Amino acid sequence: MEMKQALHREKKVTKKKPLLALRDVWKRYLMGEVALDVLKGISLEIYEGEFVAIVGPSGSGKSTLMNLLGILDVPTKGKVIIDDKDISTLTESDLAELRGKKIGFVFQQFNLIHSLTALENVVLPTIFQGIPEQVRLERAKKLLARVGLEQRIGHRPNELSGGQQQRVAIARSLINNPSIILADEPTGNLDSASGKQIMELLLQLHVEEKKTIILVTHDQSLVSHAQRVIRIKDGMVEKVEIRGEK
Amino acid sequence: MIRDYFILAWREVHRRKKRSFLTLLGIIIGIAAVVSLITLGQGLENAIARQFSALGNDKLIITAKGSALTPGLSIDAVKITQDDLKLIDSLAEIKKTAGVIHSYARIEFNDHVRYFMVMGVPTDPDERVLIGETQNFHLLKGRSLNKGDLNKAVLGFEYTRKELFEKKIELGDTILVQEEEFKVVGFWDRTGSPPDDQAVTIPLESYETILGEKDELGLIIAQTQSGEDPIIAAKSIEKELRKSRGVEEGNEDFLVETPQQMAETFAVILDIVGLVVIGIAAISLVVGSVGIMNTMYTAVLQRTKEIGLLKAVGARNKHILLLFLVESGFYGLGGGIIGVALGIVFATVVESIFVLVVGPAFLEVEIKWGFVILTVLFSFFLGCISGLAPALKAAKLNPVESLRYE
Repeated sequence: MEMKQALHREKKVTKKKPLLALRDVWKRYLMGEVALDVLKGISLEIYEGEFVAIVGPSGSGKSTLMNLLGILDVPTKGKVIIDDKDISTLTESDLAELRGKKIGFVFQQFNLIHSLTALENVVLPTIFQGIPEQVRLERAKKLLARVGLEQRIGHRPNELSGGQQQRVAIARSLINNPSIILADEPTGNLDSASGKQIMELLLQLHVEEKKTIILVTHDQSLVSHAQRVIRIKDGMVEKVEIRGEK
Repeated sequence: MIRDYFILAWREVHRRKKRSFLTLLGIIIGIAAVVSLITLGQGLENAIARQFSALGNDKLIITAKGSALTPGLSIDAVKITQDDLKLIDSLAEIKKTAGVIHSYARIEFNDHVRYFMVMGVPTDPDERVLIGETQNFHLLKGRSLNKGDLNKAVLGFEYTRKELFEKKIELGDTILVQEEEFKVVGFWDRTGSPPDDQAVTIPLESYETILGEKDELGLIIAQTQSGEDPIIAAKSIEKELRKSRGVEEGNEDFLVETPQQMAETFAVILDIVGLVVIGIAAISLVVGSVGIMNTMYTAVLQRTKEIGLLKAVGARNKHILLLFLVESGFYGLGGGIIGVALGIVFATVVESIFVLVVGPAFLEVEIKWGFVILTVLFSFFLGCISGLAPALKAAKLNPVESLRYE
């Protein structure tokens, strides 16, 4: 009884707490003698199970923001908090491990490894987590079936269409069962039909598996799927739009 | 999990076949050179050690200092003489002695003239046996020289095999040595030493008649009394010879050696030659190692984006380091395996040619598996070390910049 209550309480707490939070984050690049502030004090919170779109024109600092959300980079000033941990307290190696476990990346250019098959590409992130071979192979096959590529597991990226490659990439992003999927212009290199399929897949993951999706894009047509749209301009949050629950 | 790194690295090596092959080539050549040279050197040492040890431990060989061990090649002024022979023979520790004399002489047969080594040997049966044993002469056919034989000759093995005078010499044929007639009464079996196998052996008395009075001897062979320590016998020979030749200790103009000592002298010479040769082969290994380094730097550059991706999906710096180290280790391992195989094949081929041309006594190639495994491991580590700097570079790449890299 007590246990159940405790679990219940914990659930409530995590619901309130953001999964990922940026607190007054600045990012400064030095271009020779000139200092350029790409992000100027951004604060935002991402909660578990949310579908958030980050939108902004090119040069707005969107990519830099994405790198920070994906903890690929650290801020010049301010805090990035993931899982209650301030990433500035973590080592490079801890960050990599956390990244591998918590965040699944989907890139505009798919970024598959060409010497590996679809199955091997999906398995790749598990290698660095030390997951037993049998477990990871089963998981990878299941995920490839989930994205509709069970017939293509032995194909190499150059034998797959763009849409198929992106689906392999999505399966790869899910292999370590991360809580966040960070998709950076996932349809940018695809024709509109394939792009639509990819967006539907992301939506499915959001709805059916309660994955937190962060979609970074400049494409206005994609943001209609999001519950919350964060507009970035000149390194600052310009506007946050909240849309109805899906 | 290390297996995964091997698979990933292998895929990459396999994908770029031509580049991988060229990278391997440097290591293959270096390792093949090292392996074949060491194996051949060892084979030479084996053969020599066996030949000398076959002589038994009771023989001493006395030569003029500085003379080459191969008969017929001594060119220095200091000589061993008949007086020395008599002196050594008179020592209590010595059972018997025999002297050998040799020089190049004009040999004529079938109207053809050639120059070969002529050896004058004693015909006394005891002394003859001593020379036969020590010089590795065993009769193949016919008979040896007997006491009282004059103008008889025993020919080396080469004469039975090749038409050195456009016609084979048979038993009973007559040859001309310095225009003096000699009847061929026998042939020696193969000794493995080309000058010996082409030599004409005649009685000492005949030698003196046709080549002039020879007080000088090429070498003296002395057999110690049974139970005598050959080292102590050698010391007493040295002492007596110093006295009679009037030289100070440390300035001897002669050498008294046991077969073992001679074998060791040979081994030292072979080791020095071996070191020089291995040094040269090592240079090609360095070149091969630089080749791997270059390939790996190129690979890091070409796969920067991939490294960025690996870091994004959770690879830590040490994972990237390991991945690239394994890949460069692969080049070393592959080059090592192929190089060792080629080196062994090369050494075996050289051995076969040697056996065919000069006989089996000269080279005994022996494959030592410990050495093979060690060499392969060594080249794996060489590969890893060559790839260390590029792998460190890869490991330290910034994930954001790498992902953006085109």
